[in-house]
Order: sequence, then structure tokens, then C-alpha cells
Amino acid sequence: MLYKLWRSFIKEIQLLKRDSGGIVIIFLMPLLLIITITLIQDSTFKNLEGSKIPIIFIDNDKSEVSKVIKKELETSKTFELVTDYNEKSAEKAVFTGDYQMAIVIPENLTKDLNSNIDSKVQTVVSSFGLEPDSTVTKAVASKAKDIHLYFDPATNAGFKNSVMNAINKMVFEIENKKIYKAFQEQLGTTEDLENKSLITFKEITPIKGKEELMPNSVQHNVPAWALFAIFFIVVPLSINLVKEKSQGTSVRVRVSPTPYYIHILGKTFTYLIICIIQFLLMVAVGIWLFPLMDLPQFDVSGKMLHLLIVTLFAGLAAIGFGVLIGTVSDTQEQSAPFGATSVVVLAAVGGIWVPVFLMPEFMQKIAQFSPMNWGLNAYYDIILRNSGISEIAKELIFLFLFYIAMVTISLLYERKQNAV
Amino acid sequence: MSNFIIEIKNLYKKYKNSEDFSVNDISLNIDKNEIYGILGPNGAGKTTLISMLSGLIKPTSGSFTINGLSPKKDSSKIKQIIGVVPQEYALYPTLTAKENLLFFGSLYGLKHKNLHKEIDEALELMGLTKFANKKVDQFSGGMKRRCNLIAGTLHNPKVLFLDEPTVGVDVQSKKAIIDYLLDLNKKGTCIIYTSHHLSEAEEFCTKIAIIDHGKIHATGTPQELVERVANAENLEDVFISLTGKELRDVV
Repeated sequence: MLYKLWRSFIKEIQLLKRDSGGIVIIFLMPLLLIITITLIQDSTFKNLEGSKIPIIFIDNDKSEVSKVIKKELETSKTFELVTDYNEKSAEKAVFTGDYQMAIVIPENLTKDLNSNIDSKVQTVVSSFGLEPDSTVTKAVASKAKDIHLYFDPATNAGFKNSVMNAINKMVFEIENKKIYKAFQEQLGTTEDLENKSLITFKEITPIKGKEELMPNSVQHNVPAWALFAIFFIVVPLSINLVKEKSQGTSVRVRVSPTPYYIHILGKTFTYLIICIIQFLLMVAVGIWLFPLMDLPQFDVSGKMLHLLIVTLFAGLAAIGFGVLIGTVSDTQEQSAPFGATSVVVLAAVGGIWVPVFLMPEFMQKIAQFSPMNWGLNAYYDIILRNSGISEIAKELIFLFLFYIAMVTISLLYERKQNAV
Repeated sequence: MSNFIIEIKNLYKKYKNSEDFSVNDISLNIDKNEIYGILGPNGAGKTTLISMLSGLIKPTSGSFTINGLSPKKDSSKIKQIIGVVPQEYALYPTLTAKENLLFFGSLYGLKHKNLHKEIDEALELMGLTKFANKKVDQFSGGMKRRCNLIAGTLHNPKVLFLDEPTVGVDVQSKKAIIDYLLDLNKKGTCIIYTSHHLSEAEEFCTKIAIIDHGKIHATGTPQELVERVANAENLEDVFISLTGKELRDVV
């Protein structure tokens, strides 16, 4: 049996060797994918010089509040402010997609904000039976002002929300500051009441030895997209099986005394090696190429063996899925698009595109059954949560059982279709 | 023990979406060392019968044994003693002839030196030695047919099923194939063979069954069949007489 398995493995290697175009695609496409996605995603985490987003800023206030907002936006390093527009032309430019957004600060914003706050503070101070500072003139409340925000209709909802939150925070801080200042003036106190935050946040990250593990976009992206690429093995593997049917070579295998599972095991070993090589290449790119591209280096120190074990099991799951698709498909026209689409669906469900915790509750439950989710969790446990093999044993077992289930279904299907 | 290597009893096959039986109550006994031709027009049930006997499809009902073994109990043992040469070139086109044969030979448990020896001898007999390390997709139709035949016979099967082994080949390749098969038969292989080449079958087969609409219409040696039909001069006359002149277009 071992000799048959060996020959089956050799045959698969020979078939791959003869398909140089296919080899290039199998190994280069995942690298292209991981480089592209990491570059794109990294720029959303990191504000690189020269990658600022141009937005229109119209200052009709030309006073303290608008200057503070402008300064904050400029120092955020995210935006490049374009100021040579009026509100009408800005609206047109944004709605036609020339700019992602426009911010229009209304006229007299500072003046009206000041008088509103002064009026409210004076009311509060009076209600405590305190005499307002006699030197301060009686303020009259005016109507609340709107800062107009225009967004390109095609703007990503996430980007839109984060910008709105940031502006909201800026305005809130300005208002707070002004309220403190108004109290100071009304009460005639010289004590420093400036609104420094009373509660601050400190992120505590996992520690390995004496080293603090700081997650970055590369630590997130390399395992996620490596897993995605590994699952794409489904496409060439299913095509390989379908080709054997159309060439008639599967007939020879079926009429021979060699069990069909030996044939599948031969493919499993071959494609598992491909998965491992794919992963190693992606890790190599993360370690040596990313720093040259101004991206953080992929840190695998002390984790490589664990990562390879996860890759092995994730590869098995992907191969099992490919074997099933190849077994039930009659043509390459069925297997290739179905394989590719189902991998994208599995990736989406598994949390490769959007983190599982952001999904609706129903989808979160479905995600628990996605092999890509098990693989991703296992990778993240090792890379970001500093876990060992015992902590990811559950995921590894699930991935292995998935492979066994897929291959068993394939063997039963094959037997039902063909056996005497 | 029976002298029959194949015993078929009341074998039926009806495909899922078909109204008629492709094989309809066939009973047949085939002697050891026979070269048995199964002849019939398109859609007569020849390939279905061979596919059932070689374990590729399941009969609807009926039974058969090969060398006294039942496929229900001894499927693996049967597969070890039969050889199948399908109608299509069942070879990996991007592998060389030798690589293909090494793989297919290993499926029957042939190993190392023994496997290489069998391959080299067969390639020599088929005139393919100098093309052993050429990829099969560079081969002509005749070369592919010869290589296809070697792949099904490397393990010296007791029973060899051949589905139209000489279709689309030139005279030289056809002769090489027939000589190779005659040599195998001499060494003790029973050959079950389907073909549309009636003159070839008349020369090559020791016994023939003419089937149509899934049923056997006549069996016997080629000479017996010719003698049995009035005014028949050859097997073609017998064939037309038994199956008619009506065109058999099958979808």
C-alpha cells in the first residue's frame, strides 16, 4: 500500500511539474494577494506621509472654533485640507466624487457658541444663588449652529462614521473647554479648571518574556490572507480531479485493486506540501520584503513550528474541501467557479474580511462552523495571543475532522456513483 | 471447477433516465483462453456489459462471476485479475509513456525492477521503446492506443476487457495491437473485446456474441455464425441479417 501511495504522490508531483504556468499561479498569486492587501490595509491603520486624503474645508467662521477644528484636522495627518471652494462648488465636487468629503463651518460659529455657553452658565450660576461676575456682560442664547458635512455617496460607511465621530469629539472638546472657561469667568476664579480628561485609557498587550507583543496590520494580515490563499488550493485540486474523469484516467484507478482513498491520500500529501510552501513564501515575504516596503516586519520569533502545525491542519481542511468539489463536479466549468466562490464565501463567513464580532448574531453563529474561522483563530491565538498548541487543540481537531468528513463524503459519493 | 472464467446469469441494466434496458437479460458463459468478441451496433449495450463486468457500473439485477469470484464479495480480488482497456485514451497527457505506465502498473502492486521489466518488454513489443520518455500528448492516435493497451495489461490479467481497442488507428498500429493481444492470449489471458470492425473480429475472435437492444441474438465461432445464416458469406452479412439495416443513432 505504501508503494502505491508513493507512486500516486510521485504522479501528482510529475503532473504539477509539467504545468509550469499552474505552479507560478499557485505560488505567485498568494504572494501578490498578501502584498496588495497588506499595503492597502496598512494605510488605513497607519498614516503614511504622502497618503493623506484630500478633503474640502470651508471656513465661514474664521474665528477661534474653526481655527481649532482646522488645526486638529491638519495635525491628524489623515487629511489634506483644500480650502479654495465655496459651499455650492464644494457640494458639487463632493457629490460628483472629486472629493471624499467637505466640511463647512458656518458663519459666527464661535460667537454664537460663546454666547450660548455664557447664557447657560449664567443661568446655572444664578440658580445656585451666586452673583455672576459683575464685569461679565449678560449673554443672550442664540440658535444652535450646524457644521455641514458633505460625503461622496460612494464613501465607505466605516470611513464616514469614523470621520463623523472624530469631528464630534473635536466639537465636544471645544464646547467643554469653553464651558469651563465660562464658569471660570462667571465665578471669577483663577483656579485652573481646564478640562483635562479625568479617565484615560491604557492598552495592556500580551507579554512574551519581557517583550510586549504589539499587534500591527502585518500580524493581522499575513495569517488571515495566507489562510485565504491556502484555501484557494481547492480550485486546482478540484480541477485535477475533474480532469482525471474527463481524461478517463480515473476509470483506470476505479477498475484497479487500489482503494480510491490511496489515490486521495496521494493528492493530499502533494497539495499539503504546496500549502506549506505557499505559507513559507508568505511568511518570507512578511519577514524580508515588507520592511523594504515600509511595512512592519512579520514577527514569527519562537512561533514558526506552531504556525506550521496550524498550516498543516488548515491545508488538510482545504484539501478535503477540494476533494469533495472535484468528486461531485462533472466539469471544470462546475468545479472552478464553485470552488473559487465558495472559498470567498467561507472567508467572509470565517472573519477574513470583517471580524466575526462585528457580524450580526446569526452570522456569528454560522462563523463558528467555518473552517477558515477555526484556522484564523488558531493563527491569531499563536501570533497575537501568544498561545501554545494546547490552547489551539480544539481548532486543530475541528480542521482535521473537517478533512475526514469531506473525504469520507467524497469516498461514499464515489462508491455510490460507480461501485458494483 | 467450471472451465468458464466468466459466468453471467440474467444480467440487466437500466440507466436512471432511460425507459429501456441497456442490457436486457443477458446470460453468457465464457471459456478460459477465449478471445470473445461482443459485437453489436451503436447503443446495443456492448460498453454497458463490459462496464458492469469490469466493476465500473452496477447491474440493475442479475449476477456474474469472474474466475468463480462474485463482485459483491470479492470485488478487490476480481480487480486484481482483470485488466481494462477503455475506449478513450485513459492516460495522463502531460506525463511520459513510462511515467504513465509506472503509475498504472503500481496500482496492481507491481514494484521496482519487476515493474520496470514489464514496462520495457511491453514498450518493446509495441514499438514504443524510443518514445518511452516522450509525453503522451505528443503521441499519434496509434501510439496512444498502444500505450493505452499496455497500461491495462502490465499485470498480466486473467481476463482483459477491451472496448474498441483499434478504433481510429492505422494498419500498422492495428497489427501491432492484434499481435500483442494474441500473444497475451497465448500466455493465458481471456480477452473480451468489443469492436465495429467485423472483419477484424472474424479473424481475431475465437467466439462471438452479437447483441442488439441489450439482448444476445447469436453466439458461436465466426464460422458457425456464418454457416447459421442463409446466404451469409462473412460476419458482416450475419451482422446485418441479425441487427437490420436501420441506422442506430444514439443520444
